[in-house]
Amino acid sequence: MADTKTPYVGRAMKRIEDPRLIRGIGTYVDDLRMPGLVHAAILRSPHAHARIRRIDVAAARALPGVIGVFTGADVNDACGLIPCAAAIPDLKAPKHTVLAGDRVYYVGHPVAVAVAADPYVARDAIEAIDVEYDPLPVVANAEDAVKPGSPLTHPDLGSNIAYTHSVAGGSNIDEAFRNADRVIKHKLFHQRLTPMPIEPRGVVASFHQGEGTLTIWTSTQIPHLLRTLLPGMIGVAENKLRIVAPEVGGGFGAKLNVYAEEALVAHLAMRLHTPVKWIESRRENAAATIHGRDQVGEYELAVRNDGAILGIRTRTIADLGSYLQLLTPAVPTLTGLVLTGCYRIPAVKIEIVGVYTNKMATDAYRGAGRPEATYLIERLMDVVANELGIDRLEIRLKHFPQPAEFPFATSCGLTYDSGNYQAALAKAKQLANWDQLLKDRAAARTAGKLSGIGVSTYVEICAMGPSKAMPAGGWEWGSVRMEISGKVTVVTGVSPHGQGQETTFAQIVADRVGVPIEDVVVLHGDTNVAHYGRDTYGSRGTAVGGTAIVMCIDKIVAKAKTLAAHLLETTSDHVDFENGTFSSPGVTSRQIGWAELAGEAYVAKNLPPGLEPGLEASSFFEPENFTFPFGTHIVAVDVDRETGQVTITKYVAVDDCGPQINPLIVEGQIQGGIAHSIGQVLFEKTVYDENGQLLTGELMDYAMPRATDIPEYIFGHTVTPSPVNPLGVKGVGEAGTIGATPAIANAVLDALSPLGVTHLDLPMTPERVWQAMKTTAATTV
Amino acid sequence: MYPANFDYKRPATVDEAIALLAKHGDAAKVLAGGHSLIPAMKLRLAQPTVVVDIGRIETLNYLREARGAIAIGAMTTHAEIESSALLHERSPLLAETATHIGDLQVRNKGTIGGSLAHADPAADYPAAILALDAEIDLAGPRGRRTVKAQAFFVDLLQTALEPNEILIEIRIPATGKSVAYVKTEQKASGFALAGAAAIVGADGVRVGITGVAAKAYRATAVEQLLAGQRTPTPQAIALAASHAADGVEPLADIHASAEFRAHLAEVNTRRAIERALGRA
Repeated sequence: MADTKTPYVGRAMKRIEDPRLIRGIGTYVDDLRMPGLVHAAILRSPHAHARIRRIDVAAARALPGVIGVFTGADVNDACGLIPCAAAIPDLKAPKHTVLAGDRVYYVGHPVAVAVAADPYVARDAIEAIDVEYDPLPVVANAEDAVKPGSPLTHPDLGSNIAYTHSVAGGSNIDEAFRNADRVIKHKLFHQRLTPMPIEPRGVVASFHQGEGTLTIWTSTQIPHLLRTLLPGMIGVAENKLRIVAPEVGGGFGAKLNVYAEEALVAHLAMRLHTPVKWIESRRENAAATIHGRDQVGEYELAVRNDGAILGIRTRTIADLGSYLQLLTPAVPTLTGLVLTGCYRIPAVKIEIVGVYTNKMATDAYRGAGRPEATYLIERLMDVVANELGIDRLEIRLKHFPQPAEFPFATSCGLTYDSGNYQAALAKAKQLANWDQLLKDRAAARTAGKLSGIGVSTYVEICAMGPSKAMPAGGWEWGSVRMEISGKVTVVTGVSPHGQGQETTFAQIVADRVGVPIEDVVVLHGDTNVAHYGRDTYGSRGTAVGGTAIVMCIDKIVAKAKTLAAHLLETTSDHVDFENGTFSSPGVTSRQIGWAELAGEAYVAKNLPPGLEPGLEASSFFEPENFTFPFGTHIVAVDVDRETGQVTITKYVAVDDCGPQINPLIVEGQIQGGIAHSIGQVLFEKTVYDENGQLLTGELMDYAMPRATDIPEYIFGHTVTPSPVNPLGVKGVGEAGTIGATPAIANAVLDALSPLGVTHLDLPMTPERVWQAMKTTAATTV
Repeated sequence: MYPANFDYKRPATVDEAIALLAKHGDAAKVLAGGHSLIPAMKLRLAQPTVVVDIGRIETLNYLREARGAIAIGAMTTHAEIESSALLHERSPLLAETATHIGDLQVRNKGTIGGSLAHADPAADYPAAILALDAEIDLAGPRGRRTVKAQAFFVDLLQTALEPNEILIEIRIPATGKSVAYVKTEQKASGFALAGAAAIVGADGVRVGITGVAAKAYRATAVEQLLAGQRTPTPQAIALAASHAADGVEPLADIHASAEFRAHLAEVNTRRAIERALGRA
């Protein structure tokens, strides 16, 4: 049944893309079948650091069904180097080939590839490859890696330090510390995490000999960036290269990258004259798809006794892993960009040291830098409040800019577009029933229970972003075509993989064009269909991509009015357009709908002089700034005194992402983001041992949040439109995981505060909590 | 995730299965519900050349009373145990324990015989099986034999089963309602970091503990301290529970230190006994 209830925008509509996914009839990379398809399997290093003495592939090549077995010596020259797009001055970077050369640098490093008629034989073949390794000293810890005498991850670089990035902003930092009544110091870890999308990576490549065209289907967030970057690797011209991102089963930043396997599989398809498929196993995904976070920082705050924070000085060591992937060195610098959070803090000095270790590369993972920054500033606000005996809401309010002060320039160098942090905090307090929460906590403590409340007030960076701030352009492209039948085809350069833009863009278009939503189709993720785009990451899809669509609609409606005026025998300034109908009251009673108008536009027998046939438009939108969503999360927890188990008893999230196109999708994004934070705060961690062996290579060992870990959420919103785009939208894909991590961590520490516990590293596992309780009990007795 | 080549045999009877094992020896592995063997094969950690699938031998799937005990066929699934009216009425500990295993899909496919024969040191059943003092029947080329639960679990992933034997039946006694299983999960896998199963009877308590050591064990020190006590005091329970890890060498890994496992053994033992008493 047609859904014609308008407006569509603002309605919590179920997603258009869901039925096919729920029914299992979506097409993922591994669902692709084609004549002649063969299968690749990759042999990976079991060592974190070793010299390859010898590789013997003879036995593998001799297996029946094996088409080819290749090592770095066979393919690296033809596959080029894996690119890093981050522009960091004086960056030391190792040469990153698709297969290992004479050394391996992390567990999971690709060493050889076997291609066979079926995937079982390909797997048999890599097992038959004999590699002789000489193990080398391993750099397993970034803090140790910067110490003199440490072994080197890449001996040829001469140092484990990839770069040192220093930024000072606002007023003079030394003066801030001179004027301080006290200096509060803290050391905080942000543990390494594995993004673990439900669908691991996968690539199919097919080369058309006759056309000389190469098509790559890959489970990626960035088909367009791949089309820009792969030609330089594999020597296929950009306009003979087609990248398709079919259904993508989750990315979270892990698929915002150019991976060795994408170039390698493409090369094999060209070399073997047959389509090749490679599907990553879960174990490979854990070892050889990027990890996130992994920063440790020492922070100093200059504070006055009245609670005024005068300045922050930080030194962060970021564990980059052994290689630079697309944005590896840039992610820690994002932490520096929002380090002052939603506060007026006059002076900042940030030093970030990017360090190589014998581990998988870190890169963008949901929030990329902002969760790290928010965790730091929000933990530190609680630390300052506790040390000075100031209420933690008071100290936050004291440092908020007033709503009238926006756009608000921060000492980190950003200009926050719009905000009303006070309103979000007030709403969260009201939804959480704050005074009652405090009473409940007091009662629980009287009864001997450990009960805590945590708060975070966050701001983050979305809608990435202005081109001058992005490595490869931050605009977005879109096109809208009114078909001859009156149906509307929308093409977007963003590449949604769970964000729901097939629905939200259809809502926007249906309202503005005035057609039933069923008449709108949104296409994306195929560079032969969406010719230009900058893809999906950094919560940019609707704010940047959606705006390009709005610009297209404006162009089409303007053209349609010209045509309608001609047909109505008037001028376009006398044409009204409403609900998909063109009319000219006072001139004629005739009304023209889209089907008639589109028919005239394409049949083109009665067009006004100078008007081109057709009704389509394309647009590039260049945002003038990022957007800065914000909010307040309030969490209550209980801690089991005996087992250290943390239970979330209340979760209130008030998020302001501007006007909501689809509140159901917004809520889903926030729910998922908070789930990521619950994992990070309470149990998730990627563990390498001192030999660089990955101990969390399976879901039996890497703890993901499950449905039963998720509390009942109470959601609220404030709506502060962004002036940066005509929709006023800000973005919401990462907000949950940015606001939630410190709120939960603060709640756990608040629960433990009666015991004198003032700090716990993430994740706050039952054993860590138990150890902390035990230690403080021992020292306070 | 592609296993190495293997031959697949699906015997229709226990005798056929035993004959296949006799023929193929160490090269063969028995497949029941497939929730331990198949993941291991997909990772090529197990590479049997013959897989003997006993999962569809209908005569191994039953739950019935037999001479005062309850007999459970080895191919009875966790879901069947979890929902068995007979067990809920006559011996509820095993049914309660089954609810802690994996998720619904695992419980619908996994079998009690497969789980016990695999002898994962953190599996849930062994705690209950030990507390219940179950009898386990094994069938081999020389016929059928009965092993007591405590003799069945030998070491990490090792049982009293010979390579040519198949676990065919578990017999547990009827109990009162004063039973409980309390577990702390390893967060990733859902297996037990420490799981304690307690039965409180007229003559005291029996406690089985899993997840803590290389094999599940009876907490005999706890039992001795509470022997003869029908309704022990909270203090007596707490004192006894503090001996829950006596004489065992707790495991240590990235999920928990030995010290924390021993601590959880104590806490969960105490909680299990208290909960069991509360159900009297």
